[in-house]
Amino acid sequence: MARVVVDVMLKPEILDPQGQAVQRALPRLGFDGIVDVRQGKRFEIELAGPADDAALARAREIAERLLANTVIEQFDVRFDTALDSASAASPASAATAHGTAPSAAVTEQAAS
Amino acid sequence: MTTQPSPAQNTSTAHQYTADTVENAAATPETEQPYAALGVKPDEYDRIREILGRRPTSSELAMYSVMWSEHCSYKSSKVHLKQFGEKAPEVDFLLVGPGENAGVVDVGGDLAVTFKIESHNHPSYVEPYQGAATGVGGIVRDILTMGARPIAVMDPLRFGAADAPDTHRVLPGVVRGIGGYGNSLGLPNIGGEVVFDPCYAGNPLVNALAVGVMKKSEIKLAQAHGPGNKVVLFGARTGGDGIGGASVLASATFDDGRPSKRPSVQVGDPFMEKVLIECCLEIFAEDLVVGIQDLGAAGLSCATTELAAAGMVSAGVGGMDVQLDLAPLRDATLVPEEILMSESQERMMAVVTPANVERFFELCEKWDVTATVIGTVTDTGRLRMTWHGATIVDVDPRTLAHQGPVYHRPYHRPDWQDGLQADTPDSLSRPKTGEELRETVLRLLASPNLADKRWVLEQYDHRVRGNTVLAHGEDSGMLRLDEESNLGIALATDGNGRYTKLDPYTGAQLALAEAYRNVAATGARPLAVTDCLNFGSPEDPEVMWQFAEATRGLADACLVLGTPVTGGNVSFYNQTQRSASSAGGPGSQAIHPTPIVGVLGVIDDVTRRIRLAFEQDGDILLLLGDTRDEFGGSEWAHVVHGHLGGLPPKVDLERERLLAEVLIAGSRDGMLSAAHDLSDGGLIQAIVESALRGGRGARVVLPETVLDQVNGDPFVALFSESAGRAIVAVPRSEELRFTDMCRFRGLPVARIGVVDGDAVEVQGHFSLPLDELRRAHTRTFPALFG
Amino acid sequence: MSARIGVVTFPGSQDDQDALRAVALVGAEPVALWHRDADLHQVDAVILPGGFSYGDYLRAGAIARFSPVMEAVITGAREGLPVLGICNGFQVLCESHLLPGALIRNGGLLFINRDERLRIESTTTAWTADYAVGQEILIPIKNGEGRFTADEHTLDELAAEGRIVARYLDNPNGSARDIAGIANAAGNVVGLMPHPEHAVEELTGPYPGPATDGLPFFTSILKQLVAA
Repeated sequence: MARVVVDVMLKPEILDPQGQAVQRALPRLGFDGIVDVRQGKRFEIELAGPADDAALARAREIAERLLANTVIEQFDVRFDTALDSASAASPASAATAHGTAPSAAVTEQAAS
Repeated sequence: MTTQPSPAQNTSTAHQYTADTVENAAATPETEQPYAALGVKPDEYDRIREILGRRPTSSELAMYSVMWSEHCSYKSSKVHLKQFGEKAPEVDFLLVGPGENAGVVDVGGDLAVTFKIESHNHPSYVEPYQGAATGVGGIVRDILTMGARPIAVMDPLRFGAADAPDTHRVLPGVVRGIGGYGNSLGLPNIGGEVVFDPCYAGNPLVNALAVGVMKKSEIKLAQAHGPGNKVVLFGARTGGDGIGGASVLASATFDDGRPSKRPSVQVGDPFMEKVLIECCLEIFAEDLVVGIQDLGAAGLSCATTELAAAGMVSAGVGGMDVQLDLAPLRDATLVPEEILMSESQERMMAVVTPANVERFFELCEKWDVTATVIGTVTDTGRLRMTWHGATIVDVDPRTLAHQGPVYHRPYHRPDWQDGLQADTPDSLSRPKTGEELRETVLRLLASPNLADKRWVLEQYDHRVRGNTVLAHGEDSGMLRLDEESNLGIALATDGNGRYTKLDPYTGAQLALAEAYRNVAATGARPLAVTDCLNFGSPEDPEVMWQFAEATRGLADACLVLGTPVTGGNVSFYNQTQRSASSAGGPGSQAIHPTPIVGVLGVIDDVTRRIRLAFEQDGDILLLLGDTRDEFGGSEWAHVVHGHLGGLPPKVDLERERLLAEVLIAGSRDGMLSAAHDLSDGGLIQAIVESALRGGRGARVVLPETVLDQVNGDPFVALFSESAGRAIVAVPRSEELRFTDMCRFRGLPVARIGVVDGDAVEVQGHFSLPLDELRRAHTRTFPALFG
Repeated sequence: MSARIGVVTFPGSQDDQDALRAVALVGAEPVALWHRDADLHQVDAVILPGGFSYGDYLRAGAIARFSPVMEAVITGAREGLPVLGICNGFQVLCESHLLPGALIRNGGLLFINRDERLRIESTTTAWTADYAVGQEILIPIKNGEGRFTADEHTLDELAAEGRIVARYLDNPNGSARDIAGIANAAGNVVGLMPHPEHAVEELTGPYPGPATDGLPFFTSILKQLVAA
């Protein structure tokens, strides 16, 4: 079983109001020095077969054709090295792609 | 072809689980059962044992715990709600009365309309978006299950103080949830209210109304008939949503500092519900179901018991066998007790003859809706459920659905009620000069309850389906039902918690009067009522007194006005205990008793509908009704003085009926340019709203006839909240005809001015340019909620 | 003799009924098309209506774009079939690459249902010939993902080629260059975020009005088809 993670983010030149809303909210919670926040999507895909280059290529094709709108989004694809047993709530099947809650990429300024 | 899930998906992966079978229960009477944790009282538990002749299995106990909860059984309210039936006015248009999923009325033209209002208060406090969203989803399914196409929704909402931090957590989420779910269903949101009061802090009210239409001959009922017929569960798969939410959340108050017992809230999927609606409507069009029920509170427990019990009651024979392990699951670790209590959304249960099953499944497949035969109708008089062959439930379904406990909760008038009523607003300092009056207008106009709500309303789609004739910003929401005949319906919801706190009997009547008046002001004839009764804890005798008085008031008023209650909802436990002792005094932690009343009206020709906007310079403004010095519970007393005391405005139901008749006749005969009922904020608020909406000012002259009624005090004339009043704008050419009609019918009418200019001017007192009014009106919500 | 105008229903489409009504109102023959059916049933034009096809899952229009009916629509569009994508329909057209750019979340993050003033910028498309260039019209918007975005090169190209069909007079969502609607190079495919099908009747159109500024979208196509 090959488990691939696809991260989809808006291209840098695309305005991201959701990320901005998160960025605005953080100081109110007491977090200073947050320079930028961008919000994206993470997909976890389980493919039957070995975790090899062919699997990665397939995942890239899936990302290109469906998971990302390449007009406005970019993506990267990698094998999932983290063990994540807690998420097995739904029955496993041959190839499951399920979008998870948006993940935030947070850039913090180094504490001065 | 039936869709059967593969066995692996439905075997509980909780390996330790051993089904507590009926056989086992009979053999082990001494087993301790956690009935208290499930909200079952000791005497109720004893009764269950008595009914069954043994201890219940854990699955049966789960079912009794949800079906006998306050939320599902109405055990504290039944004895009072009976009045709606006992005092129901004799009418010929009531096709389905209280007791079904929703009431149904005949509106003419071969059409029937079903409507109902429900609450989803506690879940909206816990998770505002999902709580509100699933509230909309639930009430829409109730309408769908009557055989109707849902055509609109409305949302009466109550929140804590507008500037309170928790309101900022709750309100935006609730509004987004209502919009997010309702818009995705393709249902226009055509009305509702947003009201703030500190008493709702910690206990917001999210009431949702839905309305649907069908041919009279196509009404569906929730009854399982015909031994051998199949029981089909379709829609979303069952997961762990809101397990115990019904029996625990709604039957217990929120306690500060203690974790909630069942943290899982229901999560909605509006797309699933949209395809479910379309699928069901095609199923109905081909007449493929014998009975149908939606899965709401208490999920499968409720659907199976109600279908079976209703079938038995109506046909004299019935019963149902269910193979619970066939229910399609989202979460394979669920055990039967959890499956029975799950409140996963977007699920329905239908009874289908064997001959129709194939076509039923074809339609489900077309819409990609999961459907599974999980049982069969029988004639055993029992509801039996098996889990992988073992019998885990064997009950008479009527004991669950119809024979729940009936409480006669003690109640008494609070000893602080007299003091509250004696504390009248008469001694509060009043504006006297023109400048002070002017300032008061602006202050009230900008206050959160009266301010422009487009920040909220623009998040709702009010246009989808293309039949919305009137929506937010008008006195009622109005829909065209028939494009050929222009037959239409109108809906309005109202409910003033402050009035009801001062005098529950009158307050409830005023809620009905206001909604009734709102419907008539747009030209529709009020027909029927739905109600959502939001109160504190029924275990508090003072709250129970409020409930008893309010239901009595509402039932009495429905009889006088000839508008029967067709169905509704009770929400208790809207209360936060701050101390061990029960609530008392005006500082009580219960919300104001808030009976929300929805009135449905019918209009023969929607093109004759009346807006509230001043559209035409030169139109004459008339005030209908009598004005008195009545500020108890008023917006002015609340906003300016933070005062709640005295008595609410007097209610005169005969006057309301007369006023409605005049407004309807006026609109039908083309005499009216505009009409707007008077309520919160009084006369001047209504004039300003009409002026702003039409973009045309008014020159107002308070006439002697009006001033005489109020001791010559312009403040009273402008701000009093006396009931039974409306303003109308009539073309000059129609003034005589209209005023003659009023006088002939005995309705007081007074000329108060003319539509003109770009300011609202009250002669001798002040002038307020429309621009200034608009700024004050529209600034508040964006400033509060961004 | 009338024109047949198809309206596609995807699972989750909302304003399909309203589009069908608008087509009938102007005297054309409305034809309901089902997403799974790759046969366009000899329609002379296609409307992709507003709504939340597939719940807007993944991205608005992302899944609808792969349905069987869209294969036929894409092929037809490349051969000159007039196609109007309204709101969600516009999103489907962008996802299908029949139109450039993309629609993303409104700048203010909230769903907005409001009557918007637009200016018609092009009357050379199949759907806007009945307007005048520069005409200001009032059309309702109702969406959460209505912000049009594209790279600068594409935006310049759209402007230079006269392919911007309508602009907002008071940009409600941050759309690039105030763009409310665009066309393809041939002018047969138009995407529009506002909903003209909700401004076709005095009774139900915007109030305060004008209430029927949306009608010319439908009379334009009818005239073009009947003249052909």
